[in-house]
Amino acid sequence: MAIGVKVMRRPELGVSYLRASLKGMALTFSHFFRPKVTMQYPEQTAQEGFWSLSPRWRGTHRMLTDEQGRAKCVACGLCPQICPANCIKLVPGEDEQGNRYPLIYEIDEFRCVFCGYCQEVCPEEAIHVGVHYENSEYERGRFVYDLERLCAQTHPVSSLWDPADPKGE
Amino acid sequence: MTPDLKGLLIISAIKVVGLFIALMVGVIMVVWVERRGSAMLQDRLGPNRIGPFGLLQNIADGLKNFFKEEVMPAGAEPILFQLAPLLSFGPAFLMFAVIPFAAPLPGFDVTLPVLGRVVYAGPMAMVVADLPIGFLFIIAFSSLAVYGITLAGWSSNSKYALLGGLRASAQMISYEITLGLSLVVVLLIAGNVPLGQVVAFQQQTTWFVLAAGVAYLMFHVGAFAETNRLPFDLPEAEAELVAGYHAEYSAMKYAIYPLSEYAALITMSAFIATLFFGGWDIPFTRWDEQIATAWSFEAVARFGLTNLVFLIKTSFFIWVFVWVRWTLPRFRYDQLMYLGWKVLLPLGLVYIVIMATAVLLLERAGVPHDVRYGLYLFLVNVPLLIGIVWGLDRRRIVAGTVRRVRAEA
Repeated sequence: MAIGVKVMRRPELGVSYLRASLKGMALTFSHFFRPKVTMQYPEQTAQEGFWSLSPRWRGTHRMLTDEQGRAKCVACGLCPQICPANCIKLVPGEDEQGNRYPLIYEIDEFRCVFCGYCQEVCPEEAIHVGVHYENSEYERGRFVYDLERLCAQTHPVSSLWDPADPKGE
Repeated sequence: MTPDLKGLLIISAIKVVGLFIALMVGVIMVVWVERRGSAMLQDRLGPNRIGPFGLLQNIADGLKNFFKEEVMPAGAEPILFQLAPLLSFGPAFLMFAVIPFAAPLPGFDVTLPVLGRVVYAGPMAMVVADLPIGFLFIIAFSSLAVYGITLAGWSSNSKYALLGGLRASAQMISYEITLGLSLVVVLLIAGNVPLGQVVAFQQQTTWFVLAAGVAYLMFHVGAFAETNRLPFDLPEAEAELVAGYHAEYSAMKYAIYPLSEYAALITMSAFIATLFFGGWDIPFTRWDEQIATAWSFEAVARFGLTNLVFLIKTSFFIWVFVWVRWTLPRFRYDQLMYLGWKVLLPLGLVYIVIMATAVLLLERAGVPHDVRYGLYLFLVNVPLLIGIVWGLDRRRIVAGTVRRVRAEA
């Protein structure tokens, strides 16, 4: 016999195909009356608690703002640097007091691989990936999110993976 | 044209068109039952968006198939490739022609405005073609269905389709023997008669599921194999053969295969109901057996009720087919052949000898064709059924290669 061939040793007697089949039929029929797990999507959504997204879900981005409503971003350039998909476009600017801010901050959601590195690397906790998945648009161009749009998002932000709590408990 | 001929033509046309429409609607309903039923058995909901309860989903899918592109594979046999879907579509519908679906209606003699005098003498049998060779017709057309599948596999110029077609031909030819042998037993009891007479015989005695229980078991197993349904769906085993014999088909030519599969499913369920469960017979009553001679509310009510009973019986067996499909896993090919040739064939032959002896003895003893006749045959069947169930249960008839592997090890 060839090496590595696993010979299944099935019990010769004491196994009943007939009873097992009938038991299986009874089991499937009992499932007919059990509550269904289907989420009726457009009417029911994940937010209603029937199904819920993980708080670690990495979806479309959101830029957090300070009390004056300005983006927290200081245009340090770390997120375009770490981005593996090269989807963040950042042109830094500086005002009279020497505060850096982004002149242009754009994320191409089509290029993005939703790794969440931008959120991890951000020193100001400005850019985040969000717990969000409904992204349909009528034009491709609309998937390049500019700063204004990123600031206007309201969905919760991802908690990402916490090394101190690896199982999310 | 005589009034009698006119009556025959008109009534036949109504029956043919009505039954065809009923079968097409039935196929759509069965596909719906299969999709929603399988979903319910798996804790899902299934398609429920289009139409009430998703009933129009299959019409939408059919429409989609009409608008899709037809693809002819390179190197395919053009004529046979086109012909094969039709060959599998036809038999499933044709077989229904011999099934009586309700109690007969009375004849009529009326004068219509355009057609003139139209006469239909005697009771109107509710069957499209009350053939005196109904049994041969079933066997002939059920074996015709294999051509559609085999030719589809062969003409596609694809190895997966060819393997599916080969499997189908071997499987369907093997299980036709089972089907034929179980029908022989029904023939022995009822005589070589049209199916309408089989129903009448069951009304006088008992349903053949009692009088010939083993034949029913064999017929049901054979029906699974003949319709290529799980647990015998090896011709289109997705995991092994992509889609089996119809892998190369597209658009409506593809859609005809599921269509004819479900039509065959309805026909087989109707056959099981007719041959073994009394057809349109309402159990425990004699009322449905009276043949009306004049039009009355009772005659129409009898027609409607018996038709309903026939529908309920057929629907039940359709549900059994669906239910089994979503419960049992697929057989291995050698197990399928083992079951067909080494178990069901000898079983059928032995059973024919036993039942022939029993029928001969009953006829010699002069037992009248009433409930007693059926019950005596039932008594013959009980020990046989117990023996078979014991064999299936303890000795594990479907063992096949398991024994061989053990012997080597």
